[in-house]
Amino acid sequence: MIKLALIDWALLLTYFAFVLGIGWWLRRYVRTSDDFFISGRAIPAWVAGLAFMSANLGAQEVIGMAASGAKYGMATSHFYWVGAIPAMIFLAVFMMPFYYGSRARSVPEYLRMRFDEKTRGFNAISFAVMTVMSSGISMYAMGLLLNLLLGWDFNLSMWLCAVIVLVYILLGGLTSAIYNEVLQFFLIVFGFLPLVLLGLHDIGGWEGLRAGLARVATDQGYAAGAWSDSWRYMGSTSANPLGVEWFGLVMGLGFVLSFGYWCTDFLIVQRAMAAESMLAARRTPLIAAVPKMLFPFLVIVPGMIAIALTHAHAGGFSLPVKADGSTNFDLVIPVMLGHYFPNGMLGLGLTALIASFMSGMAGNVTAFNTVWTNDIYRPYIRPDATDGHYLWMGRWATVVGVLLSLAAAYLASAFNNIMDVLQLVFAFINAPLFATFLLGMFWRRANGNGAFTGLVVGTLVASLHHGLTLPLHASAGVKGGWLSLVHVYPSEMAQNFWTAIFAWSACFLTTIVVSLAFAAPDRATLRGLVYSETPRAHEKEGPWWSRTATLGLAALAAVAVLNVIFW
Amino acid sequence: MTLDIRKPIGWLFLIFGVLIGGYGQAHALLSAGINVDLVWGVVLAVFGAAMLLLARRGR
Repeated sequence: MIKLALIDWALLLTYFAFVLGIGWWLRRYVRTSDDFFISGRAIPAWVAGLAFMSANLGAQEVIGMAASGAKYGMATSHFYWVGAIPAMIFLAVFMMPFYYGSRARSVPEYLRMRFDEKTRGFNAISFAVMTVMSSGISMYAMGLLLNLLLGWDFNLSMWLCAVIVLVYILLGGLTSAIYNEVLQFFLIVFGFLPLVLLGLHDIGGWEGLRAGLARVATDQGYAAGAWSDSWRYMGSTSANPLGVEWFGLVMGLGFVLSFGYWCTDFLIVQRAMAAESMLAARRTPLIAAVPKMLFPFLVIVPGMIAIALTHAHAGGFSLPVKADGSTNFDLVIPVMLGHYFPNGMLGLGLTALIASFMSGMAGNVTAFNTVWTNDIYRPYIRPDATDGHYLWMGRWATVVGVLLSLAAAYLASAFNNIMDVLQLVFAFINAPLFATFLLGMFWRRANGNGAFTGLVVGTLVASLHHGLTLPLHASAGVKGGWLSLVHVYPSEMAQNFWTAIFAWSACFLTTIVVSLAFAAPDRATLRGLVYSETPRAHEKEGPWWSRTATLGLAALAAVAVLNVIFW
Repeated sequence: MTLDIRKPIGWLFLIFGVLIGGYGQAHALLSAGINVDLVWGVVLAVFGAAMLLLARRGR
């Protein structure tokens, strides 16, 4: 257990004072429900971009990615360079014009404009449930971690962080969440960067790390580079620790899961919708793509260093072991903090850790209060009330959202692997979703009945596929196979990717077939919502290199270079 | 703009830098042979000052 000094407490308290102070400062700017839910559409591009990046930085990111870095090595970078950047660029170039141009306040609201009420309802309700769940998982992870690391009371630390987030969102709404996310982004970068630098210095640089990881790999029966190369061993499922092959990886993670999350998840799209102009909204995902591209070095490399040091029994460092004898990968970051940071830096590292939990939690809470008020309460419970009433409801939804998250946190303690459960939820709900948006935005013939049936069938196919398959060495139950056993996948990840592929395909085909069976939507209503019905908005201002498409291509080229370097 | 976020970021990092750097100067705790508190405290303070400078120039 780590002992904090007065200095560490001082840093932590200063941070709390600043996040609350930002909320307090912004309270006077919240007058209408649009101010509260969508920041009055006045956020500059760079602020929205960093918040976009930061809202996604919850527990699953920092803790989960470092754990994956230790478990799977450099191949974890696929979650960024394959599973995030291309989708973020697609969102900026192709989808943002419809999201922002439609003036919708949320992703479900776009679905109502493009399709119909039932499609919106399905998406709004499933999203609200998912948001509360993932926020709860994040809180649970934090409470557990602070308890293990510092001996803080599980309940107390969880409730304290929840109350701080609650207060700054109640005061300043989405603006407060976004501005705090920018502050949190810098804290996370400056808090974890020295950890990577010290770790690499200690282990003998990148070459030293490669040598250490070669022993980790060969001792487990893999080729020497299996932990330090990203693509070289993706040819077959048995050659890499992920247990997936390139096709499942590219289609399942790179296409279905990634586009389903980054292009349709309101939690992150909300940040871009709050941007001050169309140009700023389109730049938001591109600005976020730059740090996102570099984040593997910040969150995956510590995991790789930790496993190499543990394996070499060097420097008195080793990852803790769980009660059942397996390595506790979720403790990579905290154990590294305790090992490398003296008091002072420890306070910074701890603040960075708590900042990452808070930014993730705030992202969930602001997305929840908007979807609840705008897409559930307003259409189905109390239509035609005053704007002040919806602002009041938004504040209460924030309180209830936080309480529900806490309830979900206690529920989450029944599951042990955060990442896998999250992936499962993603696969069932998000995987079919991208097919709906793709057809909605680029095929004017798609209609509400087609979209709704497609979503339902896609989600059902996802559950069915999960119920019929199992990963290797797993027993029937939460891991799958609860209906009967038809196929066994080499790993849980491969199973998840293929669940997503099946769900997406089912939704895609069903939407087309059912849409054709019903009348085409009236073309006049599709203006601004569908590609072919929307006049091309040429970006006239600025030179050619500052256009969204050019910047998108540049980002794509940069990520291709990273893939080649770490091939 | 309702709030120039560079200002609170600047102040927070400046305070963090001074606190951590000062603590490192006083205690000289080594990690992998480096007085990391002192070194990183300076980095944080410089970043904070740069943010404040940007906010001032941007106004």
